[in-house]
Amino acid sequence: MPHELLAALFFQGGYNTAVVIIGAAALGAAGGAVGVFAMLRGRALVADAISHATLPGVALGFMAAYFLGYSGRSLFVLLGGAALSAAAAVFSINAIRRHTRLKEDAAVASVLGVFFGLGIALLSIVQGLPTAGQAGLDAFLLGSTAGIRLIDAAALAAAAVLTLLSLALVFKELRVAAFDPVYAQAHGLRPERADAILLVLVLIAVVLGLRTVGLVLAVALLVIAPAAARFWSDRLGIIVLVAAGLGASGAWLGASLSAAFSNLPAGATIVLVLFVLFVLSFIAGAARGVVPRYLRRMNGAVAP
Amino acid sequence: MTFLAIDLPAVLAGALAALVCALVGNVLVLRRQALLGDAISHVVLPGLVAGFWISGAASLVAMLSGALIAALLAVALIAVFRNVGRVNGDAATGVVFTAFFAAGILFLSVSGAGSTNFDIHTVLFGNLEGNLWVAAEGWGSLLDPVALVELPDSIGRLAAVLAIVLAAGALAFKEIRLVAFDPIYARASGAPYRLVAGGIVVLTALAAVAAFEAVGAILVVAMFVCPAATARCLTDRFGTQIALSAAIAVTAAVAGYVLAAFVPLTLGFERSVNAAGVIVVTAGLLQLAAMLFGAKRKGYGPRGAFA
Repeated sequence: MPHELLAALFFQGGYNTAVVIIGAAALGAAGGAVGVFAMLRGRALVADAISHATLPGVALGFMAAYFLGYSGRSLFVLLGGAALSAAAAVFSINAIRRHTRLKEDAAVASVLGVFFGLGIALLSIVQGLPTAGQAGLDAFLLGSTAGIRLIDAAALAAAAVLTLLSLALVFKELRVAAFDPVYAQAHGLRPERADAILLVLVLIAVVLGLRTVGLVLAVALLVIAPAAARFWSDRLGIIVLVAAGLGASGAWLGASLSAAFSNLPAGATIVLVLFVLFVLSFIAGAARGVVPRYLRRMNGAVAP
Repeated sequence: MTFLAIDLPAVLAGALAALVCALVGNVLVLRRQALLGDAISHVVLPGLVAGFWISGAASLVAMLSGALIAALLAVALIAVFRNVGRVNGDAATGVVFTAFFAAGILFLSVSGAGSTNFDIHTVLFGNLEGNLWVAAEGWGSLLDPVALVELPDSIGRLAAVLAIVLAAGALAFKEIRLVAFDPIYARASGAPYRLVAGGIVVLTALAAVAAFEAVGAILVVAMFVCPAATARCLTDRFGTQIALSAAIAVTAAVAGYVLAAFVPLTLGFERSVNAAGVIVVTAGLLQLAAMLFGAKRKGYGPRGAFA
C-alpha cells in the first residue's frame, strides 16, 4: 500500500483526509511549541493529568447532548466538556497543593487517577444509552484520523494556529518566568501570571489534540518534540521553532501513516514517529546530540 | 451461585490489588514518587502484549516476563537519556512512557491480540468483571480445596505479591521508614540506603504488574496514591498511616464494587457501571473527605501549624 501512504503524505488521499492531516500537523506544531515552556517549568506531568482528566468531560458532554436531543456527535460540545473537566482538574491540583500537606506529585497522581476513573464509570453509562454514535467516543481515547468532519478539521487547524499566535504574544513573559522567576518578580513581572497563561495554553493544546491523538497519549505532543528540540540548540527561540517543526512533521507523518493503513491507530502512530525523531535528535542534534558532542571533544573544543 | 462465581472473585481481585498498591503507595507518597505507579503501568504494556503475542495465549509466565523486560528496558532508556543526553528527569520519563504505551497499543491493534480476552478496552477500563470462579457450586466450595484451586490465577498471584510486600515491610520497617521520611539522614547514617530504595522500586513494579494484569491500569494508578494520601491527612505516624491506608483501600474496593454492580440494577437500570471506575471514584471521595476534615491535613506538625 505504499502509494496510499504517498497519497496521504502529499495530501492526495481525498480532500477530507488532506484537511485532517494538515490539521494534525498544526496541532503537532502548537503542542510542540507550548510544550517547550511546560518542560522548562517542570510541568510536563501536569499536562499528563490534564489530558487524562478530559475523559469525564467528554462523557458528560455526550450525555448532555443526548438528553438535549442532539446526536452527541458535535465535536465542539465534547471538546467543551473536555476543557471544563480539565480546568476542574487543574483547579483541584492547585487546591490540594496549596491547602493540604500533600505534595505536587501526590496531587497530580490522585487527580489524574480519580478523574480518569470517573470518566471510565461515566463512559460505561454512556455505552448503555440507546443511541448511535458512542463508538465515536473511542476516537477520543486513542485518536483517529477517520470520521472527522471537514469543517471540524478546519476549525481545529485554525485553533491550533491561533494558539501558536498567542504563544508568540506572551513569549517574552514566559521566557523570563521560565529562566529567571526571581528576576521576573524583581522587575514587577508576576511569574504566577505567566504560569497561569502557560497552563491555559497547555490545556488548549491538549484539548485540541484529543480527537486526533487521543487523551491517553495527548501529553506526548507536549513532551516528546520539546525534549527532542532541546538537542538542537541552547537558544529558547530556536528550541521553540524546532519543537514546532518536529511536532508538525511527526504529526503529519503519523497521521498520514494512520490514514493509509487502517490498522494503525492515529495516536500511537504519531507518538512513535515523534519518538523516532527524538532518538535521531538524541544522536545527531547539533547542540547536545551525542555524535556532535563527541566530535567536538575529539577536536579539542570544550563541551558546552 | 452467581455471587460466588462472579461477584466474589471480582471483589477479591479488586480488594487484593487495591491493598497491594496502597501498601507500597505509602512509601511512594512520602518519597514524592506518586507518579511512579502511573509510569510503570504505561511502560509494561508492550511487554505484556509481546508476551501474549509470542506465546500465542494468555501465558502468564510469558506476559509477566515480557512486562519485566519492558520495565527494565524503560528504566535503562530513561537513564541513558538523562545521563548521556542530559534530558531532565521529568521529560525523559514522559518521553519513554508515552512511547512505550504507544508501542503497546500499536502491537495490540496490529497483532490482533485484541480478538481474545486481552484488548485495548481491557487495558484502559480494567477487567475486574473478568475474574470468574467457574468451579463455585455453593458455599461449600469455599471449603473445597479442589474448587478453590480453580479461583482465577490472578488472585493467587496478587496474594503472593501481598505476602512478599508484607514480609519486606515487616523485615525492614525501620529502614523503610527512615528512607521514606528522611532520605538525607538515611544516606548519611550508613543505613543500606541503595538497597532499600532499590527494593522499593522492585516492589512497586511487582505490585503494578500483578494488579495491572488482574484489574487494569486505572485501579493501579489511583490505588498507588489515593489511600496513602488519605491516610497521610489523618496521621503523622508511619505505622498508623499504613494500617489506615490498607483499611481505606479495602473499603473503597468493596464499597465501590457494590455501588457499581448492584445499585444501578436495583434502581432499574439495565446495565451495571464499570466497577474499576467506581472503586477509584470512591477512593477519591474518601481522600476528599480526609483533605477537608482530616486532623493532619495541613503542615507537618500539629494541626494548623502551617495554616
